[in-house]
Amino acid sequence: MSTTLVTDLTIFILALLVGIEVIGKVPATLHTPLMSAANSIHGIVLAGALLIGLTAHNAVGYILAFVAAFFAAANVVGGYVVTGRMLKMFRRKAAPPAVPAAQAPEAAAAEQRESVRS
Amino acid sequence: MTFTNSIQLVYVLAAACFVIGLHLMNSPATARRGNQVSTAGMTIAIVATLILLIHAGTVTAIGWTVLIVGALLGSAVGLWSARTVQMTAMPQLVSMFNAVGGGAAALVAVYEYIHDESAVGGVLGSKTVFTVLDVIIGSVTFTGSLIAAGKLQGLITGSPVMIKGGRAINLVLIVVALGSAAFMLTTASLPALLLVVLASLAFGVLMVLPIGGADMPVVISLLNAFTGTAVAMAGFVINNWALIVAGALVGASGGILTKLMADAMNRSLSNIMLGGFGTGDTAVAAVAAGDAQIRSIAADDAAIQLAYASKVIIVPGYGLAAAQAQHGVAELAALLEDRGVEVSYAIHPVAGRMPGHMNVLLAEANVPYPQLKEMDEINPEFPRADVALVIGANDVTNPAARRPGTAISGMPILDVDQAQSIIVVKRSMGTGYAGIDNELYANPKTSMYFADAKKAVAEMTAAVKTLVG
Repeated sequence: MSTTLVTDLTIFILALLVGIEVIGKVPATLHTPLMSAANSIHGIVLAGALLIGLTAHNAVGYILAFVAAFFAAANVVGGYVVTGRMLKMFRRKAAPPAVPAAQAPEAAAAEQRESVRS
Repeated sequence: MTFTNSIQLVYVLAAACFVIGLHLMNSPATARRGNQVSTAGMTIAIVATLILLIHAGTVTAIGWTVLIVGALLGSAVGLWSARTVQMTAMPQLVSMFNAVGGGAAALVAVYEYIHDESAVGGVLGSKTVFTVLDVIIGSVTFTGSLIAAGKLQGLITGSPVMIKGGRAINLVLIVVALGSAAFMLTTASLPALLLVVLASLAFGVLMVLPIGGADMPVVISLLNAFTGTAVAMAGFVINNWALIVAGALVGASGGILTKLMADAMNRSLSNIMLGGFGTGDTAVAAVAAGDAQIRSIAADDAAIQLAYASKVIIVPGYGLAAAQAQHGVAELAALLEDRGVEVSYAIHPVAGRMPGHMNVLLAEANVPYPQLKEMDEINPEFPRADVALVIGANDVTNPAARRPGTAISGMPILDVDQAQSIIVVKRSMGTGYAGIDNELYANPKTSMYFADAKKAVAEMTAAVKTLVG
C-alpha cells in the first residue's frame, strides 16, 4: 500500500467524521439549504474537470473535459446561488416589523439566548 | 516548498472553508455567512486549479477553449436555474445538481482511465478500485437523480413504476457491473469500464423508477450522499485532497439526512428502495370508519375558534404546498398574531418533498423562522394549544401510529390529538400515502373543514377579519 493511498484514506476518514459531527448540529429548519450547500460543495469536482485539461490532447479528451466542466460548473454556481437565495428568506421577524406585545418578551428572550450562544 | 505542495495547501484551506461554512449552518442567524465562507473556499480552490493549469503549460489552445466555454455555459445554466426556480421545485433542482455532480465525477474517472490506459502498463491496483467505485456511484447517481427530478416535476408518474422482472434485470446489471469491475482488476480494459458505465446508468433508472413520490425525501438524500461519495472517489483517482474532503463532507451530510428521513417514516432504507409503499399489501384497516362521527365545520366557526384562542399550532403538510396556500397561511397567522394569538408551526421531518422543504416554503411566505418548530420541540406544546390547524397533512398526524398492527405503526407523529380542539382542512375523507383512515378525524375534538387548502385559508382569513373588524 502506497503512502499516497494511506494519506488519502486518512484524510477521507477524518473528513467523514468531521462531517458527521458538524452536520449533526444543523437544525431541521435548515435541512434544505444544508443539502443545497452540500450540493455546491461537491461542485469542487469542477477542479477535477479542469485538471482533465492538463493531459487532454485528442477529441475524446476534449469532449469529456467539456461535458465534465459544463456539469460541474452548473453544479457549483447554481448550488451557491440557490443556497444564498434560500437563506435570505429565513428571517427572525416578518418583513413589516409587527411584533405583538404578547410575543415580545419571548422573542427578546430568544434573541438573548441566540447572542449568548454566538 | 514546491509548487505542487503550495497548491495542495490551498486545497486544504478550501476544505477548511467548507467545514467552517457547514458549521455556521447550525443556526439560521449565521447560515448566510456560512454560505459565503464556503463560496470563498470554492473560489480559491478553482483559482488555484487555474494557476496550476497555467503553470503546467500543457493545456492546449483547444483544451483551454473547451474548458472555458464548458465552464461558462455550465455556470450560465446553473445561475439561470438557481435564479428562476420556484421554491416548490427545489427538490427537482437539488436532484439535477446531484445528477450533474455525480456525472462530472464519473467523467473525471473515465477520462483518467482512458489517459492511463494509453500510457505504458495501463491502470492497475488501488486506483482501479477507486475508478470503478467512482464510475459506478457517479453513473447510478446521474440517471437515478434525473429520474427522481422527472418524478418530482411530474414528467414521470410519481407513483411507483413496477417493471415486470425488474428485480431480475437489476440483478443482471449488478452482476455485469461487478463482473467487469473484477476483470479490470487484473486486466486494464476500456471496454470493460464502458460496460460498467452502461450497467450502472441502467441500474440508476431501475433503482428510482419503482419508488413512490412520498419517499422522495429519502431518495434525494441518498442520491446526495452518493454524489458526495462519487466526488470523494474521484479525489482518490486524481489524488486531490479538496475533492476527497468535500466528497466526504457531502457523503456524511447525505447519509445523516437519509437516516433522519427514513426514521421519520419509520421505514428501513431497503424497504423504501424495494418500493411499492401504499400498494395495499401492508395496509390494515385502522378503525371501522363507518360508525365514527365526523364533525364538519364552516369558515365562521373556524374563525371564532382561531381568533379567540391564545395559542394556535399550524400543522402544514405537502398538500399545503401543492395547493400553493403557504402565503395565505402566513397571512392568516400574521392576522392572528396581531390579535395577540401565539402562533407556531409544527413541522414534521417529511412534511415536504425533501428534508426541510416545508421550512423553506414557509420562510418564502415570510414566516419568521423562530415560529417554525421541529417535531420534538413542538410535541410537548400541543396540550397547551387551544387550536391545532392541520392543513394538507395526514399520515403524520394519525394517532394509529402509536398502536402496533397498522401500516404506520411506530412512525413518529405530531401529537395533534393532544390539542384542546383540532381543525382539519382537507378536500375529502381520502387517505394519505399509507392508505389507511386517519383516526384523528373521528376524534370528538376534531372538526373537518372540507375545502381546497388555498380556498379554506382565504375564507378563514376573511372570516377572522369580519369577526374582529
